[in-house]
Amino acid sequence: MSDLPDIWSYLREGPLLWLTATLVAYLIGDALFRASARNPLVNPVLVAMVILGAVLWATATPYATYFEGAQFVHFMLGPATVALAGPLYSNLHHVRRTLLPMAGALIVGSVTAVASALWIAQALGVEAATMASLAPKSTTAPVAIGIAEQLGGLPTLTAALVIITGIIGAVVVTPLMNALRITDWRARGFSVGVAAHGIGTARAFQVNETAGAFAGIGMGLNALLTALIAPYVLGLFQ
Amino acid sequence: MLTPSMTRKANPMILNIAIILVAQLVGEVLARLLALPIPGPVIGMALLLAGFMASPKLAERILPTSQGILAHLSLLFVPAGVGVISHVEVLGTSGLALMAALVGSTLLALIAGALTFVALARLTGSQEVKE
Repeated sequence: MSDLPDIWSYLREGPLLWLTATLVAYLIGDALFRASARNPLVNPVLVAMVILGAVLWATATPYATYFEGAQFVHFMLGPATVALAGPLYSNLHHVRRTLLPMAGALIVGSVTAVASALWIAQALGVEAATMASLAPKSTTAPVAIGIAEQLGGLPTLTAALVIITGIIGAVVVTPLMNALRITDWRARGFSVGVAAHGIGTARAFQVNETAGAFAGIGMGLNALLTALIAPYVLGLFQ
Repeated sequence: MLTPSMTRKANPMILNIAIILVAQLVGEVLARLLALPIPGPVIGMALLLAGFMASPKLAERILPTSQGILAHLSLLFVPAGVGVISHVEVLGTSGLALMAALVGSTLLALIAGALTFVALARLTGSQEVKE
């Protein structure tokens, strides 16, 4: 019979423990989110991040070891992006009638996201290499990392800024839209997809299916547009 | 819809997942082959959407699976999110300035995007269909 420390050192090296921990932490986050009457501040991703961060810290587990197990969940981001074709198709009749509002909101939202982030950062004295990592923060993580590399930024910093942006967007979108008295689910969803990519889109799906579909379109289109405009907008600040 | 004759065929769930993965795979190959700045899964999404428009039957069979995957989209961001916590030091000395930039720009982008959408929707008479 093995004693507990042996079992622990066996488990902490394999994928089973950290995959299970990821699902359990998310379930706790989701349960708290429901218990809080869907308060956007109790974001399930944020809760799960904090729980798992604390567990990794307390057990002195490196992130790479954790990711061995968590990569199975992470991998599903790709198929989930493909699966966005489903709600897009279901909402196609909305989309066809909304081409001009979408094009306008995409350009205005995308340029505002990049330019205002760089403007605030420059005013507060952030250095040039960090500015390049900041520019693509509103796009979905794999695209943002590619853009940051092209601009001479740090991919790991960009990944962190992308996730934080998504959480900020997911937390503020509902109270902000209510304060602005915007009730159109298409506008609410599309703008959060442009400003806060997949995490904003996930939040939109929690609230309303139409909002989620439009968020998915906004996220996809903004990934393209940011790749095109980020170098020029960054050039204005250098 | 599942009919008795369909249930005797290959497991529909596995077939649906395979179709989604094939769309992603083709997307990844196209992105690299044509050196496109678009990520493979986004191309895969466009391909699957084109497939749905060409064949509503395909859409009907895949829709339940895609809804299942998307219902817990948030979960999929947890592993990358944990990476942020364990890399907090990369935010370094400019951490506060960066937070201000992220909060400020996200609020401004949401306001500007949503107001533009609403204004243009009003201008073009494009109304939301409530279901």
